[in-house]
Amino acid sequence: MMTVLAAGAGSAAADGTATPAAGGVARLVQTVDWVAIAPPTLTALFALIVLVADLFLPERRKPVLGWISVAGLVLAGLSLLPLLKGDRTTFCLTGHPEVCSYAADHFAVVIQLLVIGGALLTALLSINPIKDQKLPGGEFWFLLLSSAAGAALLPASRDLATLVIALEVASLPAFALVGIRRGDRLSSEAALKFFLSSVTATAVMLLGVSFVYAATGSLHLAQVAEALTHPDPQLDILAKAGVALTLVGFAFKTAAAPFHFWVPDTYVGAPLPVAAYLSVVGKAVGFSGLIVVTVQAFPSYGDVWGPVLAVLAALTMTVGNVAALRQRPGRAHSAVRLLAWSSVGQAGYLLVPIASAAYADDAAHAIGSTVAYALMYAAVNLGAFAVAALVARTHPANRIADYRGLYASRPLYALALGFFLLCLAGLPPGIIGLFAKVTVFSAAVDAGLAWLAVVMAVNVVIALYYYLQWTAVLFRAPEAAPEGEAAPAARPRIPAALATAVGLTALVGIVLSGAPQLVLRFASGALL
Amino acid sequence: MSHHAMQILLAGVVVLPLIGALAALLPAPPGLKGRNPDQAVLRHGVTVTGVVLAASVALAAGFDHGAPARMQAQTDISWIPALGIRIHLGIDGISLPLLVLTALLTFLCALYSYFKMPAGPSPKAFVALILVLESGTLATFAVLDLMLFFLAFEMVLVPMYFLINRWGGSEGVARSASARGGGRETGGQYAAWKFILYTLLGSVVMLLGLLLIGLKSGTFDMVALATDNGPASQLSHTVQLVAVLAIGIGLAVKAPMWPLHSWLPDAHTAAPTVGSVLLAGVLLKMGTYGFVRIALPIAPDGMHTFAPYLAAFAAVGIVYGSLACLALARRGAKGDLKRLIAYSSVGHMGFVLLGIASMTPTGINGALFANIAHGLITGLLFFLVGALKDRYGTTDLDRLAGRTGAALYGRAPRFGGLLAFAAIASLGLPGLAGFWGEMLAMFGAFKPAAGLSRPAFLTFMALAGLGTLLTAAYLLVVVRRVCMGSKETAEQDALAAAPGEGATAGVTPGPAAATTTATAPTAVKELAPAVPDVAPYEYVAWTPLAALTVLAGLWPAALLGLTDPAVQNLLGGGS
Repeated sequence: MMTVLAAGAGSAAADGTATPAAGGVARLVQTVDWVAIAPPTLTALFALIVLVADLFLPERRKPVLGWISVAGLVLAGLSLLPLLKGDRTTFCLTGHPEVCSYAADHFAVVIQLLVIGGALLTALLSINPIKDQKLPGGEFWFLLLSSAAGAALLPASRDLATLVIALEVASLPAFALVGIRRGDRLSSEAALKFFLSSVTATAVMLLGVSFVYAATGSLHLAQVAEALTHPDPQLDILAKAGVALTLVGFAFKTAAAPFHFWVPDTYVGAPLPVAAYLSVVGKAVGFSGLIVVTVQAFPSYGDVWGPVLAVLAALTMTVGNVAALRQRPGRAHSAVRLLAWSSVGQAGYLLVPIASAAYADDAAHAIGSTVAYALMYAAVNLGAFAVAALVARTHPANRIADYRGLYASRPLYALALGFFLLCLAGLPPGIIGLFAKVTVFSAAVDAGLAWLAVVMAVNVVIALYYYLQWTAVLFRAPEAAPEGEAAPAARPRIPAALATAVGLTALVGIVLSGAPQLVLRFASGALL
Repeated sequence: MSHHAMQILLAGVVVLPLIGALAALLPAPPGLKGRNPDQAVLRHGVTVTGVVLAASVALAAGFDHGAPARMQAQTDISWIPALGIRIHLGIDGISLPLLVLTALLTFLCALYSYFKMPAGPSPKAFVALILVLESGTLATFAVLDLMLFFLAFEMVLVPMYFLINRWGGSEGVARSASARGGGRETGGQYAAWKFILYTLLGSVVMLLGLLLIGLKSGTFDMVALATDNGPASQLSHTVQLVAVLAIGIGLAVKAPMWPLHSWLPDAHTAAPTVGSVLLAGVLLKMGTYGFVRIALPIAPDGMHTFAPYLAAFAAVGIVYGSLACLALARRGAKGDLKRLIAYSSVGHMGFVLLGIASMTPTGINGALFANIAHGLITGLLFFLVGALKDRYGTTDLDRLAGRTGAALYGRAPRFGGLLAFAAIASLGLPGLAGFWGEMLAMFGAFKPAAGLSRPAFLTFMALAGLGTLLTAAYLLVVVRRVCMGSKETAEQDALAAAPGEGATAGVTPGPAAATTTATAPTAVKELAPAVPDVAPYEYVAWTPLAALTVLAGLWPAALLGLTDPAVQNLLGGGS
């Protein structure tokens, strides 16, 4: 509900500024297409339901909140079905019906599917940790759903105010989620680090947005784009600075280098499901914002943001992969640390097609590669986190060394993790990972960014080293049990929610490997 | 045979091993349980590879030998329209022999493992990996789409990595691994890493080259590309240059070409016997096959520019490989026999590359012939050396040979004879398979394609000729040290080494050993460990290779008749 109001307020403000001549009250009233805004609205609605229900439920009934949230996310996911045609828009200017604040186009629908699916899997991962670690359930579910609502709103936003608000709605609950382990020093420190660096980035971005507004006189992306094609020469510098500063905020969210330093500590400090959420949905927020801003608002400034993003992409993947390579398997939390750094590296690959969009004649085509890659990455990375959550139940330190012999004790889960890691690395049998990388490569080659393609090629090999090393650990013979410790008589049961999460992600990965066209068609079709 | 039957056979050859690999991981169904689960799964491997071999032989029988230049048994289905990737399968005279060779070698390996499972973890995973490996190699030779080729090329990496890593030995690699300072890694793990990182770095660069071709010409289909880009090329010269460089690096790592070869000796030395056989027999061929199938017809201009460099590296590789082997074969060099054969592969593949670089039908036919011959002969050699290791517990040439030689002729005459046969075939004795390919490759270099510098190629040919001499030298040294020698001395040495195996490991029996044996000369005859001669299952696994070596040597036309029209077709731009 909150987001609806926010979106309404944002567009109303934009409306007022964009059409100062519009005086009559009747002309300010916009018709709202409730079906189009259903996905973020439903998510927000369920967030409120959970928050209120938490007040009235007795302590022992609290677990039901988790299932309410899951149901809410499933409903939000189903509400995407009527939007598949991708032709709905709402909150349009009464004067210019083609200028809208909210567009449920193909791009928005696909990213909303990713966000809601990611949140759903996170919810499945969270149900047991909340029970086991005595986390405050009501707050957790409320924050998770609020953040998901913001993330779902963002790809559909078509004006800068709504975009900033959506970004904040997605991020603010995330800070609280990271610090939700009360009394845990690591968790609080992670939250503070995350908060401070994120707020700085937001401030910089707001400055950029105000510059852009000053230079163009509009907040609506379509009008900004039009105004920027022939800017006032005196305001050119201002517009350029505005473009660059706006990108910073989103670059921070995607954890692009040099704005990546918060990632490892935050991931390790946060509860594991939250880290999984940040690595997928947090990134989706960042790159969908980047795409919307660059391709919709600043297409004529491609010579500014194209090279910047290309350099960022190269830097990000190199920093992430080299750091991941240096993780010692014996160190505490090395598994999560490795996933954190590797997610920085993957963010670099996600940026490559966006950078190519500046050079290619057909920007929508390049963007599709990012979307296809992101869908693959979301499923597979959440799967890897799900297995990590499983291992964390018996080995709280979650070292990579703890995965040794997983094949002997839990063969199916070991095979699943091996498959996820090979998908991330892009090696058969992870065919979808391979072809997702191929689309990214082809976007770079197509745009003439040969140097970036070569940097990425080197990075793919580096990444392969650590992914494969981890995979190899899974299949090693288990270490002999220490003397005093007898072999556990019965394996602890795997909670149904966790098993469902692993099963779902593995299923998605395998189906996509057999029929990569399901996601790769985004790379060939026009999304925006 | 009808077209549909051929299509199904070819698709089956590629897909069956994959299904078999999955089935190997499941528990055996009732009625097929065998004596124990290990035996059941190994038998499953033999069955599946046997069916694949039968299918590929049927494919060869149904192949229209009158028109080997035509792609046959073609299947062409759209798979990923977004990227323009099609499942396009087909075989012609170039791929058919390699396909059959792969099926044959894998079957023999499965059969050999059934009787002699390599030491290591469960056979279940072993069989599954071998089957995935087979599927990947067969797919490489059967696909006609650049992206599928890349997929198949990558598919073999993971199984081979695990085969070397988990079933590999450390002997011979340990020195380089410990010199690296890693310490905790075993030789097998080190070699496996080296293998996969080299190949991967090469293949990622290759991917860029393939994408460049695909994006610039709008299709990934090899047949269409070969037709379009013949003499009247559509790709600009610059694109061809970059593409050949990128693709060439990937293929050269795999082949391996001289400066990029250094993963090969370690991988071979560490790999289990069947791993070495498959690595040398079929995996290396994927690189040279790629040159013939992709680089030559699709980017002939680029290839033309790089051909002299390729030939130069090939010639250096030939000489380098044989010099390395000579050094290893020397007395007191502690040379590992597996490593020696691995280096000899570098030399042999040098001939193949030289033939390709000449860009003439003669040279390329020679290269393709040498490919097959190398697969047969080196496959056999690795089998024999593996068996030697089982018998002696080592492949260290100095420890094997002792003071006078291992005297295999005396102690295990049939085994020794077979080893000598394989070595002689490898050095290229006329009348055996090794001869024709190398001779034709050198003929090709003698008169290279128009526009290539003749003096340069004559130099390369001379170097290659020198290489054949050196090859003969080291192989004869090996035969002398392993097969010949005094039976009595060898038995004394074996006896002396046996009790103190742990303490004196790595040390040639010195004077102390000689004195102990001298004090009790009479006991020697009774106690010397017998060297078992060729066992029946070894006959079964090795005879086909030996027989085909002779057959290909005596009747080269059978193979050349298949490849020549296809090669003419490729060089002529597919018209």
